[in-house]
Amino acid sequence: MRVWLPERISTYAPAIDRLFYIVLAITGTAFVLVQGTLLYFLVRYRGGAGRRATYTHGNTLVEIIWTAVPAAILIVLAFYSQRVWSYVRGTPPATDLQVQILAEQFAWNIRYAGPDGRFDTSDDITTINQLHLPVDEPVLLHLKSKDVIHSFFVPQFRVKQDAVPGITTRLWVQVTKAGTYDIACAELCGLGHYRMRGFLTAEPRDTFAQWLQAAELEQHPPPAPEPTAGEPGAESAPTSASAPSAPAPESQPASPTPQELLHP
Amino acid sequence: MSTATQALPFWRKYLFATDHKVIGIQFLFTSLVMLLVGGLLAMLIRWQLGWPGQPLGFMEKIAPAGMPGGVMVPEFYNMLFTMHGSIMIFFAIIPLLVGVFGNYLIPLKIGAGDMAFPRLNMISFWLVPPAIAIVCTGFFLEGGAAASGWTAYAPLSTILGPGQVCWIVGVIVLGTSSIMGGLNYITTVINLRAPGLSFFRLPLSIWALFITAIITVMATPVLASALILLLCDSTLGTSFFLPAGLIIDGVAQAHSGGQVLLWQHLFWFYSHPAVYIMILPAMGIASEILPVFARKPLFGYHSMVYAIMGIAVLGFLVWAHHMFASGMNPTLGTSFMLSTMVIAVPSAIKTFNWLGTLWRGAIRLTTPMLHALAFVSMFVIGGLTGIFIAATPVDLYLHDTYFIVGHLHYVLFGGSLFGIFAGITFWFPKMFGRMLNETLGKLHFTLTFLGFNAVMFPMFILGIAGMPRRIYDYRQYTHLAHVGEMNQFMSVAAFLLGLAQLLFIANFFWSLFRGRKAGDNPWQATTLEWATSSPPPHGNFTTPPTVYRGPYEYSVPGRAQDWWPQNVPS
Repeated sequence: MRVWLPERISTYAPAIDRLFYIVLAITGTAFVLVQGTLLYFLVRYRGGAGRRATYTHGNTLVEIIWTAVPAAILIVLAFYSQRVWSYVRGTPPATDLQVQILAEQFAWNIRYAGPDGRFDTSDDITTINQLHLPVDEPVLLHLKSKDVIHSFFVPQFRVKQDAVPGITTRLWVQVTKAGTYDIACAELCGLGHYRMRGFLTAEPRDTFAQWLQAAELEQHPPPAPEPTAGEPGAESAPTSASAPSAPAPESQPASPTPQELLHP
Repeated sequence: MSTATQALPFWRKYLFATDHKVIGIQFLFTSLVMLLVGGLLAMLIRWQLGWPGQPLGFMEKIAPAGMPGGVMVPEFYNMLFTMHGSIMIFFAIIPLLVGVFGNYLIPLKIGAGDMAFPRLNMISFWLVPPAIAIVCTGFFLEGGAAASGWTAYAPLSTILGPGQVCWIVGVIVLGTSSIMGGLNYITTVINLRAPGLSFFRLPLSIWALFITAIITVMATPVLASALILLLCDSTLGTSFFLPAGLIIDGVAQAHSGGQVLLWQHLFWFYSHPAVYIMILPAMGIASEILPVFARKPLFGYHSMVYAIMGIAVLGFLVWAHHMFASGMNPTLGTSFMLSTMVIAVPSAIKTFNWLGTLWRGAIRLTTPMLHALAFVSMFVIGGLTGIFIAATPVDLYLHDTYFIVGHLHYVLFGGSLFGIFAGITFWFPKMFGRMLNETLGKLHFTLTFLGFNAVMFPMFILGIAGMPRRIYDYRQYTHLAHVGEMNQFMSVAAFLLGLAQLLFIANFFWSLFRGRKAGDNPWQATTLEWATSSPPPHGNFTTPPTVYRGPYEYSVPGRAQDWWPQNVPS
């Protein structure tokens, strides 16, 4: 098996890979040109008996050219990167599903909001290290940490996001391919850092809904006679895992969920 | 001035010396020992990465707690890479570049008798051994040495026990030494230049060390104050970097009001400029050596100086490119990406000027020249790979992977350390009056160059394959199931690279006593240090020199000799 980029399973991964290959092409060209010139000069201008070097202190025109060309390339590259950056890290698309991930030494606590659409209420559905996501649907992840900094890294997404104590960081993703993948912790978090491994199961919408429903039934078995007090919950369909009231990030601060403000 | 000092007792002359040359050599031996220690730690890291969990019998006696039965435990692995990074950066690379070459070269190359503040200089050296002792004491304390990486990110660094506290205190002590040294260099360069030695006649190595000293004096106090706050957080219960609601090991903490990311901002505000502290002097050394052995003036002297200044200024504006994935505002990411892209330009200018220096030269491939050429070549790889991670979206993937480890080693080993080897082999004759053995030197260079690339280049590939850094055992991850063989190859190369350094040590000590006598100017060079004896007397020059021209007058048409020293009247 080739040691190279792993497969791509997020909607933005192709854009990030394209940028990677553009940078590889630019730097690869520069690498060959510079090292080739260096080697050529070493062979061509090797000192010997009677050879005398050319006396020169420089050439302004040449120096201006080799300043301007890299500068232009780098600035164009910066603008191109910015387009990809705002796609990945800018305003997330509207999502129906939000998931809270609370990192701790050395596990990922996953939390789905449950029928009421709010986190940290009694009907939440929680798992440890098992993150299920539907494919072809944007999802917003809220990352928090109990103790030290961790970093949520799914190599196949091509992104990572730190989970920082005291603040909530966000990452949106739209998975494009069903399958099981590893979640790695990418920020040193102590002696068990290396084994802070989570599992991502990306599955079709229906399968995901069935899994969520099963998990809900298992964690909150319906009490025999009457529905417990709680929020309205007119419909108990598990597919509405998130409240329609909290789809876009702009409404976050006003949302009743007890999450900290993300980026002041 | 010299006779009085020659009569000094041994302990004043060699131990508590105020002579900048003795202090430079004290820095040389101290930091070479630490380079060896840091290298040995790297060998253990490579053992674990090549053969995870395999016992290394003899280590049980040396580190019974860290490697019971010879098998490494995860805590010990974390200590190894933390101490490897800290020792290499704080006690090897920075003291070698700034302590050794700054002290030894500045007065000699500007035609001065000594530093402006010789006693301050002595103190700046004598703070280093205690700093080393304090940081390394951690290994012998319960819980072991610091284990939160050389970056010591809070909150992890505040909960790790006495070894981590030692690390903080030791680095504060070292920072104090750096500030003293920096002030001394700045004052010396401004005030003690020989008659005729205007700023634009200074050798590039002195320009680099001068600007480095300015960066040191501006950035190190920020690190020192951040470390003091961190020390308070970990020992006094303050909350500078610790927010409310922390639950550590199941115990709720009483902290409130701190900001975790504040540590990273303060740390990198020092530590990114520190990267330039570790590369500018090496650039200066390369700029110094290439003209000597190409027998040509340095190409684009003025743009080289302005490039150093540009790097120094921009170096203060790029720190948060270490934090693209940290959760800081994405808009900040954009501005730091731009400044990071821009800082590549002065580095490119320098590279092209080095190539221009070689163009139509009469190149002599001596050992110092080979190291200087390797510096240029490897620094190019370090710089170019930096562009990948300057591009914010790509960094989201490559951040905290082996790509970063490869990048930093191409800058700090491929760049700084080859620059250091170039400098040591170039100025050894001046320091000790004897030549190094060229055959041994070239053999050491070749093995080091090949070994270095065989260890470090695969790191880029591993990073691209998604291998996180600072991972004790990577085999559990399915996307890394097939990288074991590559890691074994790298480890074997690392052991050979380590063994090759024995050649350097052998050459160093053999030549120290048995090497050919060097004479005043063995390389036929132009700058002032070659105008005095090797080694120079106390006070450096029997008659203070006067400077008549720039530092790189080689192959001047119409002159019989192809070098024209700065101090020879027209």
